[in-house]
Amino acid sequence: MIGVGKIKQYTNVLEKPISKGKQEVSLSAFAFLFSELVQYNQTHVDNISELERRLEDAGYAVGARVLELLCHREKGNRRETRLLGILSFVHSTVWKVLFGKVADSLEKGTEHEDEYMISEKELLVNRFISIPKDMGTFNCGAFVAGIVRGVLDGAGFPAVVTAHFVPMEGQQRPRTTILIKFAEEVLQREARLG
Amino acid sequence: MPPVAPRSGDAIFANVERVNAELFTLTYGAIVRQLLTDLEEVEEVNKQLDQMGYNIGVRLIDEFLAKSHVSRCVDFKETAEVIAKVGFKMFLGITATVTNWDAEGTSCSLVLEDNPLVDFVELPDTCQGLYYCNILSGVIRGALEMVSMKTEVTWVRDMLRGDDAYELQVKLLKQVPEEYPYKDDE
Repeated sequence: MIGVGKIKQYTNVLEKPISKGKQEVSLSAFAFLFSELVQYNQTHVDNISELERRLEDAGYAVGARVLELLCHREKGNRRETRLLGILSFVHSTVWKVLFGKVADSLEKGTEHEDEYMISEKELLVNRFISIPKDMGTFNCGAFVAGIVRGVLDGAGFPAVVTAHFVPMEGQQRPRTTILIKFAEEVLQREARLG
Repeated sequence: MPPVAPRSGDAIFANVERVNAELFTLTYGAIVRQLLTDLEEVEEVNKQLDQMGYNIGVRLIDEFLAKSHVSRCVDFKETAEVIAKVGFKMFLGITATVTNWDAEGTSCSLVLEDNPLVDFVELPDTCQGLYYCNILSGVIRGALEMVSMKTEVTWVRDMLRGDDAYELQVKLLKQVPEEYPYKDDE
């Protein structure tokens, strides 16, 4: 029938226009989904570091795609070549799009030249999660660490990214810090660029 | 205290905390990818997604009832309307329409025009039997089971397979009367 139908059918997903990124779902929908991800992985691993690695791998895939999407949409396909540039891209743009606010702080590590830290008082993914005592230092923020690693890797800044709880004075819940340790080649390149 | 009037889906959605739909979409994609890598069989992945949806549904119903203040539905028709207008709106920000009622009023179709789970998704040839959004069928089944309705939820149309919309068929199998967890005479 001619002229009927509101939605234009795209045969190829690549022809669909990219959304503006304004659509929202409820936080609880995301929280339920994330809890299922963690629960599913819990049944498939023997120890905590394996669980963290799987969450990180899931996050890595998200990060790689977020980089592509945001580079195209927010930055007009310009890519960051400097370390501080990509760090502030992660700290501001990526965080703003994914979590609705910029990250609480971005710091350079004092002990090592190649370490940087992004801190957040309460990670969105950790809001409804409590870690039982026998899981020690496990942090579901490994998912977010994976996202950051995905973004950095895709942008050409290979790094090891981990999530840690940092207890704060006078606060019940510890702060979460995403620790980024860049690979040697990144620092060498940065030094050459001056 | 007078009973609180049921709130519309839009009102509740405006009041709950929201996150970017893309984070949700990409996380769901990561889950499906992980399942495909682990389980390899498309049928197994469908079943696992349904199971995960079921687990979500049994907890989601509590939040739904708490936030939406709907009173007990008189019949299955009302249930389906509430799911489509309030439920989907409240959690996913989309509205569904209810169509295709059968003669007895026990089976209907929920049609979704847009679906935040499938943004940017294309099914490759190796995954042709996959019901990508199968988690939704599990959620509805789990939630309804917690309110004493045993249902069967299947996909009729799936845009990722070339159809023009997403259509879920919800069939009421039976109403299970509520059982008390304890016996009266003990």
